[in-house]
Amino acid sequence: MNKTNDIKLATVLDVENLTIAYETRKGDVEAVRNASFKVGEGETIGLVGESGCGKSTIAFGIVNFLGPNGKIVEGNIRFQGEELVGRSEGELKRLRGDRIAMVYQDPMQALNPSVCLGDQLAEVLTFHQKISERDAWERSIQMLKRVNMPDPEDLMYRYSHQISGGQQQRVVIAMAMLNNPSLLIMDEPTTALDVTVEAAVLDLIEELKRDFKAANIFITHNLGVVARVSDQLCVMYAGQMVERGAVTDIFRNPRHPYTMGLLASVPRLGESKAESVLHPIRGRVPPPAQRPMNKCIFAPRCDYATDECRKALPGFVEVSTGHVSRCIYAKEIDSQPRTTKKRHIEKNLEPTRSESPEGKLLSFEDLKIYYPQESQSLVSLLGLGEKKFVKAVDDVSVRLSKGRTLGVVGESGCGKSTLVKGIIGLEPVTAGDVEFLGIDINQPVSERETNLIKEMQMVFQNPDSTLNPSYSIGKQIARPIRRFKTVSRDQVKGEVIRLLKAVRLDEIYYDRLPRQLSGGEKQRVGIARALASRPDLIICDEPVSALDVSVQAAVINLLLEIQEIYGSSMIFIAHDLSVVRFFSDDIAVMYLGQIVEIGPAEAIYSPPYHPYTEALLSAVPIPDPDAEQKQIRLGGNVPSALNPPSGCRFHTRCPRRKEMLPNEGEICEKEVPPWCSTEYGHRIFCHIPLEKLKTVEAVVHSPTA
Amino acid sequence: MKARKGLLKRLWEGFSIIFASKTAMIGLVIVIFWVFVAVFAPFLTPYTPLEQDWKAPNQGPSSAHFLGTDELGRDLWSRLIHGARVVLVILPLSGDLWIPGGTALWGVFAALIVGMTLGLVSGYYGGWLDEVVMRLLDAMMAVPIILLYLIIMAALGASAVNVVIAITIVGTPGIARLVRSLTLDIRTREYIRAAETRGENPWYIMFVEILPNARGPIIVDAMLRVGYAIFAMGTLGFLGLGLPPPSPDWGSMVAKGREFILAGNPWAALWPSIAIASLVVGLNLLADGLREESMRYQ
Repeated sequence: MNKTNDIKLATVLDVENLTIAYETRKGDVEAVRNASFKVGEGETIGLVGESGCGKSTIAFGIVNFLGPNGKIVEGNIRFQGEELVGRSEGELKRLRGDRIAMVYQDPMQALNPSVCLGDQLAEVLTFHQKISERDAWERSIQMLKRVNMPDPEDLMYRYSHQISGGQQQRVVIAMAMLNNPSLLIMDEPTTALDVTVEAAVLDLIEELKRDFKAANIFITHNLGVVARVSDQLCVMYAGQMVERGAVTDIFRNPRHPYTMGLLASVPRLGESKAESVLHPIRGRVPPPAQRPMNKCIFAPRCDYATDECRKALPGFVEVSTGHVSRCIYAKEIDSQPRTTKKRHIEKNLEPTRSESPEGKLLSFEDLKIYYPQESQSLVSLLGLGEKKFVKAVDDVSVRLSKGRTLGVVGESGCGKSTLVKGIIGLEPVTAGDVEFLGIDINQPVSERETNLIKEMQMVFQNPDSTLNPSYSIGKQIARPIRRFKTVSRDQVKGEVIRLLKAVRLDEIYYDRLPRQLSGGEKQRVGIARALASRPDLIICDEPVSALDVSVQAAVINLLLEIQEIYGSSMIFIAHDLSVVRFFSDDIAVMYLGQIVEIGPAEAIYSPPYHPYTEALLSAVPIPDPDAEQKQIRLGGNVPSALNPPSGCRFHTRCPRRKEMLPNEGEICEKEVPPWCSTEYGHRIFCHIPLEKLKTVEAVVHSPTA
Repeated sequence: MKARKGLLKRLWEGFSIIFASKTAMIGLVIVIFWVFVAVFAPFLTPYTPLEQDWKAPNQGPSSAHFLGTDELGRDLWSRLIHGARVVLVILPLSGDLWIPGGTALWGVFAALIVGMTLGLVSGYYGGWLDEVVMRLLDAMMAVPIILLYLIIMAALGASAVNVVIAITIVGTPGIARLVRSLTLDIRTREYIRAAETRGENPWYIMFVEILPNARGPIIVDAMLRVGYAIFAMGTLGFLGLGLPPPSPDWGSMVAKGREFILAGNPWAALWPSIAIASLVVGLNLLADGLREESMRYQ
């Protein structure tokens, strides 16, 4: 990471006192207030903050893409010395795509699905420059090579749906870099990508930054990502910039309570619930219409707030050179961001055997869930063709004992969601034995007994669709209570209120409608609804991945508390490896429908690793610019589950087999690997002998740990 | 008390959508005008719709008959507002027996019930059931609407109840398609998964979990459909397949009045034509305004 403090680089973009407002029915609402920052050549500035903090609005304001109801109320945007505010649409249009380029979150929306990629790339050049089509085509190919796309000549004739998400994002980045822009704005460019792909794209962004010397604005909510790519950091809160400074300064020595809160609310990779606790920020980001002009905007959520904070809007306090914080106590507050105090219940830190025979709750053996793939050919219409199956889950065996949490990790498409859907009965199980509480549960949920159904409930991912928008919160929690008759009829309301209290929601939420709740609150109601039938097993399908980090911490803490009180077992699915590690006792790593490694959480996160786990861990963005992380990047794409690779399914992308096995790991292509067991029930599905895997170094070295 | 206040507030919010849109307001005023005259028809005119005045046939507007009279000397205003009654307020079953709710409203309501059920079932279950239901409905949609009406009315005979049945049959495929597409979207939501993991009955999921969330587009579509139904009633009446004479039917009024246009009396054809057009336009404006406003909310 190159530090830019020492050399003063030419300023490319200078934003001063920028205030942006949106017109609504109730008058103008300011989404961004008084934001100021500068970006120099070859420098990356990170804008970080929770959703609704105005990060994207700043980016759209710079290129004046605010939509019909947005407008810049005040302030200056100087781009290479020229004022952008007040420019005509035509002039700005020439700038955009030529000297200012943008990369958005969803590459699918940035690429035109009906035009081949080559034409789209070449058009960027021919539109802005006098260049022949042939030259434009050639330069596009070179740029694709530059962003490490395999087979660029061939790729030029393909369409966006024919390449994977990570490749699409590379093409979008290539498109943005084609005119060698002076300013590149990236709005959550990796948020929609899997960790391993994200890591590769971040590598690329860093490389390009070195080579092209563009000024970058990098917008993200992910502290780990921002720690990796930025030089300067602006922390945004509720439309205001609350802290600004060099990345290392801010991470080592955060000086605004909000920044400190953000850092304390994400689990570091390797931390577990036994040894540390997450600190959520209470409350929620105030909606734009309710933001006070004359006091500290963060005061209602701040632990350090005093009456002084509510008297006037704090200005920037300079903590050190180039590091400012909008807090009147910036110099005094305790800067130790992480209080890693132990949880009040002392947990046994010794790894416990995860597969103790007593207290078995759920087990499945050789579980297979296949989807028949319907071919369009006439032969198969007649039922004569060869039947193909998408092997979403293939030969998976797991045991879960009472009171424990099983974490399931893996990239999208690895079958983790399908696995739990099979268990809960939403997807028909193709083959295998599933046993729950000693009862065989191979049948779909509609054929199961009510007593059995109520013992297994689920918490869902998306807070916006987990609740039925037509009914009040009280009714939705009451429904499972009535259905499973957990309490008598006249006590239902009391029970609902008890559940609301259990998920830390007030009684007044009883009559509210889902749209009146924030994301975190909706997720709590979802948890309360799952708890209503007093289940033995709660399946959580990515319960926190759609939430902001500060809220995420609160929901994780809530789930942990509930588990302590009710002693429920949980299956916890997530793609965030730090969260899974924090939350789970046992972890299963899935790849392409199979479990490749399973065991106690602490064993998974230290050597010996399965090569895939190792790659996953090395790709996790760590919110600490000082942490050293091994760089293992997986090549190629995830193969299709319709026709998975022979032998070990990971062999096509495995970075270890060639160096660790004789004959360049020929055996991996031919034979299904054996399960190698270490102590404590830790098992690895790999041909490489355990002794060799044990020699691998740990992925992360954090100086703070 | 608190809940009631909430309900009132929600109702008010719903209505405030209409007030926010000029289009919807104009539509609402026209529709309310017709509903008003239909409900209070007996008090708004001294004549009954069947009362004939042999001394004054085919007259233009005058102080005695302010919209004029038809070929039998019946008061056009009286016939017009009693016609609106049949469309919007009462459904004559047989003789003096009638039930509240106009013919057009009942037709659309019945079409909604059948169409929603079919749409929900085929959207929620999918598979071959969906295929069979949808192909049958497609086949129905392939027949020109006017032909379908003629076939149904010719088979069943002219009566108000049969008009309702005809409107139901013709309206069902469109509603079923709409509801099916909404269902396909809503059934992927997680609250439906949650209901399934509770082991809920499929009918509960369809009617209690899915249907209320599809209500917005269904309401807008239903309003448009009431307009089409009024249009269809007019057409059937014009072709002599609507309500049996001498009941005041806008379509048959136009048909009869048409013969006297060239004889110098356009009034008997003009007023009912205006009535049909204005009511249909009013309903369309209301539906369009509602749709626009509810879209803007998202």
